[in-house]
Amino acid sequence: MRVAGKGVIDRSKAVSFSFDGRRYSGFAGDTVASALLANGVSLMGRSFKYHRPRGVLSAGSEEPNALITTGTGAGQEPNVRATVQEIYEGLVTRSQNAWPSLDFDVMAVNDLAAPFLGAGFYYKTFMWPKRFWEAVYEPVIRKAAGLGALSGQNNPDTYERAYAFCDLLVIGAGPAGLMAALTAARAGADVILADEDSLMGGRLNAESGAVGHQSGAVWAAGIVAQLSAMDNVRLMSRTTVTGAYDGGMYGALERVNQHTGIRGAGAPLEAFWRISARHSILAAGALERPIAFRNNDRPGIMTAGAVRAYLNRWGVAPGKRVAVFGNNDDAHRTARDLAAAGVHVVALIDSRPDAVIEGATFPVFKGAQVCNSGGRKALESITIRTDSGEEALQVDCLAMSGGWNPTVHLTCHMNGRPSWREDIQAFVPTPGSIPDMTVAGACNGVFSTRACLSDGVEAARTALGALGRKAPAEMALPEAEDTPYALSPLWAVAGAGRAWLDFQNDVSVKDIKQAAAENFSSVEHMKRYTTQGMATDQGKNSNVAALAILADATGRGIPQTGTTTFRPPYAPVAIAAMGAGAQGHGFAPERHTTSHKRSVAMGAPMIEAGLWYRPSYFPKAGETTWQQSCDREVGYVRKAVGICDVSTLGKIDIQGPDAARLLDFVYTNMFSTLPVGRVRYGVMLREDGTVMDDGTTARLGAEHFVMTTTTAAAGNVMRHLEFVCQALHPEWEVSCTSVTEQWAQFAVAGPMARALLNGMLDKPIDNESWPFMACGDVQLGGVAGRLFRISFSGEHAYEIAVPSRYGAAAFDALLGRAEQMGGGAYGMEALNVLRIEKGFITHAEIEGRATAFDIGMARMISAKKDCIGKTMAARPGLVDALRPQLVGLKPVEPGGRLTAGAHLFEREAPAIRENSKGHVSSVCYSPELGMMIGLGFFAAGPARHAEVIRLVDHLRKVETEVEICHPVFLDPQGERARG
Amino acid sequence: MRIECPMCGSRDRREFYYQGAAVMLARPDPQAHEADWEAYLHLRENPAGPTRELWQHDGGCGAWLVVTRDTVSHQISDTQLAADVKRAMGKAS
Amino acid sequence: MVELKQTSPCAGLLPVTLGDVTMSELTPGQMTCLTAFGDPADLSAALERAHGMALPGPNRSSGKQGARCIWFGRGDVLLIGPAPDAALGAHAAVVDLSDAWATVSLKGAGAVDVLARLVPLDLREGHFKRGHTARSQVMHMQASVTRLASDEFMIMVFRSMAGTLVHDMKQAMAAVASRR
Repeated sequence: MRVAGKGVIDRSKAVSFSFDGRRYSGFAGDTVASALLANGVSLMGRSFKYHRPRGVLSAGSEEPNALITTGTGAGQEPNVRATVQEIYEGLVTRSQNAWPSLDFDVMAVNDLAAPFLGAGFYYKTFMWPKRFWEAVYEPVIRKAAGLGALSGQNNPDTYERAYAFCDLLVIGAGPAGLMAALTAARAGADVILADEDSLMGGRLNAESGAVGHQSGAVWAAGIVAQLSAMDNVRLMSRTTVTGAYDGGMYGALERVNQHTGIRGAGAPLEAFWRISARHSILAAGALERPIAFRNNDRPGIMTAGAVRAYLNRWGVAPGKRVAVFGNNDDAHRTARDLAAAGVHVVALIDSRPDAVIEGATFPVFKGAQVCNSGGRKALESITIRTDSGEEALQVDCLAMSGGWNPTVHLTCHMNGRPSWREDIQAFVPTPGSIPDMTVAGACNGVFSTRACLSDGVEAARTALGALGRKAPAEMALPEAEDTPYALSPLWAVAGAGRAWLDFQNDVSVKDIKQAAAENFSSVEHMKRYTTQGMATDQGKNSNVAALAILADATGRGIPQTGTTTFRPPYAPVAIAAMGAGAQGHGFAPERHTTSHKRSVAMGAPMIEAGLWYRPSYFPKAGETTWQQSCDREVGYVRKAVGICDVSTLGKIDIQGPDAARLLDFVYTNMFSTLPVGRVRYGVMLREDGTVMDDGTTARLGAEHFVMTTTTAAAGNVMRHLEFVCQALHPEWEVSCTSVTEQWAQFAVAGPMARALLNGMLDKPIDNESWPFMACGDVQLGGVAGRLFRISFSGEHAYEIAVPSRYGAAAFDALLGRAEQMGGGAYGMEALNVLRIEKGFITHAEIEGRATAFDIGMARMISAKKDCIGKTMAARPGLVDALRPQLVGLKPVEPGGRLTAGAHLFEREAPAIRENSKGHVSSVCYSPELGMMIGLGFFAAGPARHAEVIRLVDHLRKVETEVEICHPVFLDPQGERARG
Repeated sequence: MRIECPMCGSRDRREFYYQGAAVMLARPDPQAHEADWEAYLHLRENPAGPTRELWQHDGGCGAWLVVTRDTVSHQISDTQLAADVKRAMGKAS
Repeated sequence: MVELKQTSPCAGLLPVTLGDVTMSELTPGQMTCLTAFGDPADLSAALERAHGMALPGPNRSSGKQGARCIWFGRGDVLLIGPAPDAALGAHAAVVDLSDAWATVSLKGAGAVDVLARLVPLDLREGHFKRGHTARSQVMHMQASVTRLASDEFMIMVFRSMAGTLVHDMKQAMAAVASRR
């Protein structure tokens, strides 16, 4: 029911939305909760476990009951708090956790079974039979319990993440936060003021008291206007600071378009901010706590502060006949505000016999308590207990207040523990919990408006001092309410029946006592045993009361009982917001070579090699399997000429007087002896003696080398070289620069390779001028390139490099010529066959465990010099003759199948783990040999060539007799490459 | 978390690569005793308190850093270029 | 003889305008990485003699449009524009990187907001002024970011990542445009 003349909503703008299929009308500025209350709807959800009818408890993000689903279809959003969700034209919402309807929920039968479903019910009941847990119990429980559901489809919404920097982050824009921001901004500091509400002002928008000569809301709007006109201030409304992290980093979630219907076209629904602040002021306010009494969860029962918020901010009376129940003076305001607005106040019940209540125009009960409520899906009556007995009152709304808890959460995110303050019966932040954070206002246990304004200024002075800035000489403070806050503790009203503490998890006073009785007396154990403090509200409404009851039940004080740990995020954050952008093409950089477009145009399926995309094979008309394409491409290289883009291999330009010394140190073999104009193969080790990578290095000048790495290890090798140059030998004059991207490089391989190149090079080459392992500068149509005579296929082959801008054109030209000569492009599949036939290794072999000894390269570790890994590679265990070592494998029967990953066993040994003597690392079908061949590791393998062993692949159910052979299957003398 | 790079200034932790204890700077002599090599490669302190670590600013300037970080508070008290630390070690020995 | 045509890293991808921000490819000419050997002052003097600009310190650039030198990481600077004078080779490793980087300009009042979505740098004008440069990241990519003007930045990422750069930038540009 709307109350005329109240609220800061825009009554000129009607907004219609739907809830559970029915259309309702509200005003701009309404939340779903305020608009539904204005429409007389108080039933908004069903509880988690017992499916009890529930209405709103609060008016903020701490709401435990009124969780709704917004939107429809793929983008539907579950567990949205009706107290936070603003209405907009066309907004569709619905209730959760009820079937078939919110009004009639069959699962409410759980409530009747409640005596059996108390704390520890799951743990005690679903113990046996063991296999029933996964098959029966869990699915049933999951279906019956729970909150809202996701759509199960891909989320179509866009999210955003962003960075922000400031001198001072002010968290919360209530009286303390506004004054803090204003003070700091006037001193010239860069200020970010973040507030989770759509309207800045905090409680000032919810209270009737004046600030200066204005209403609190108008005063707040004035300050916000001043701040927004300042260049050094950034106002972030609808932004919840969700976590405090090391080094002044804060996470914050901004609801960018949750309050509009705007979707698509790149407009984000939410943004996750990472804010780096030199200092912060936490002015997050306080949360009101309910009082536990029997049936205190009926729709219509809410906190006293929430009732005032609905009345003063949204102009809504949550009931026609309202009672107020509290243990503190603050609750009296609710009764006074309601009465002043013309709402019938049935009673003000104060649990303190000595409470001072002035100017009451309504019945007052001192030293009384509410001990029960009546009604079905809405509150109809309450029972109050006074010295003269029990009495029923007909009410449709009860405002309750057990006092206020400072919002200490963020101060606990870095292991801080809050301190108990007896006078306010609440925890306050322990100073220093978060480095460079100052706490101000209600969040610090300062409750009057005037004191909050002044505390905000003081906090800003502290912050400015820390920032090395001068605070403004004087900050005028407006007149404002400055009454003391007095209360005496009342956590739960004695009596039978279930008195609810944690509304979201259906935890009652009895459950806490039972946990204590069963010796779950540590607060962390109690939490897990009862589920108190879990789910979306994280116990914001119930933690302190539950602690108090646990303390009482275990005979300890509250500070001795301790608190559970508040962790980020303060309020729920969608994973989609934190990972914004990193999906689809944004998941990781996609590295494309200069031949990418042409390869895709040729129909090549691309495979990922690290971040690179490389062609798997190039299908031709008539080919139905990849194997056919692969065999053809292998044939190009063995019989004519093949072209392959090898630009993805890492290329590192190494220069300087100490360049050769660096290479000698990182490679096992000598590079200082390499002549200019020549290339050498090298192996590098990790310091523990394991092979790190291999590749060729070319000497372009006396002090100038170009190292190549494998595609996969390029980044690691670069980092390794930098480590050596900076951390081990900073005295060396040597520079390493990645030139991977500068050069487009193509393998030209096959008997006709030189003929092809000579048709393209400005100056032809021959075997004299360009023998095997030669390198140097060349010109192609005036373009300066580099030519290396190296071979990864065993054939007469070259790699030609041109600046990347010419890469696409060079690939086209090479390909055109190759095709005229009966060759063409080859992809990764063919490349793999070509190298296995020659026994060349890749990271399938040097997979992080293999040593130089294992791959037959122990002799490459030069005895004449030190190198990384040399000492440790000599450990006896790493050169044990029985270690599995590199061998070739071929099937005894020509049709026999080989699989990579299979284990190798002695012929007669059972194929069990203990008997495994090695494994298969790479396999392929060799068109040249007409059978499958493989590379693998077998214990003492090099000594056992020509012996027959057994290959067993348990996973693919393959078993093949294989013969051990030399890993080089083709042209063992290497004549083809030299020819 | 933020790390003060001596070259680039205060930067987001995501720009840095973590390597491990700064022990790695003190590579033993090739002829050193096996135990020295084992300690260099495998033995690490696990202190509750200040520890010296190697990080690389690989999403930035590429410098290797020696970072002194408290494992209890996560507070970083010092960052230096590994090259400078290594040079100083050379002078000290 | 062959005739090889050139292709720029962002060919077919740029320019793009969304809202008040435009991303376009820059073709700044030759780009040369210089790493000083010995005393960097010698390299600075040689640079001054040959190209009229001093060696920039960390996070700074020198020169002007057409002939600029930007700091490019520990020990490295990138000479952008002129072909490097042969005399530089006496004081530094000289490495041609003209083709290694995709170079784009991001210009417009919202450019700084677009970058705030992708780059973990403090780009507030008082902290990252015209002529300031940084090695950092754009989303997941190693990058170089230089402020050319109050509302214009030069962004460089590896050439092979040009497509991803344009993808990530467009997404951020669309988000910023939607807020205006």
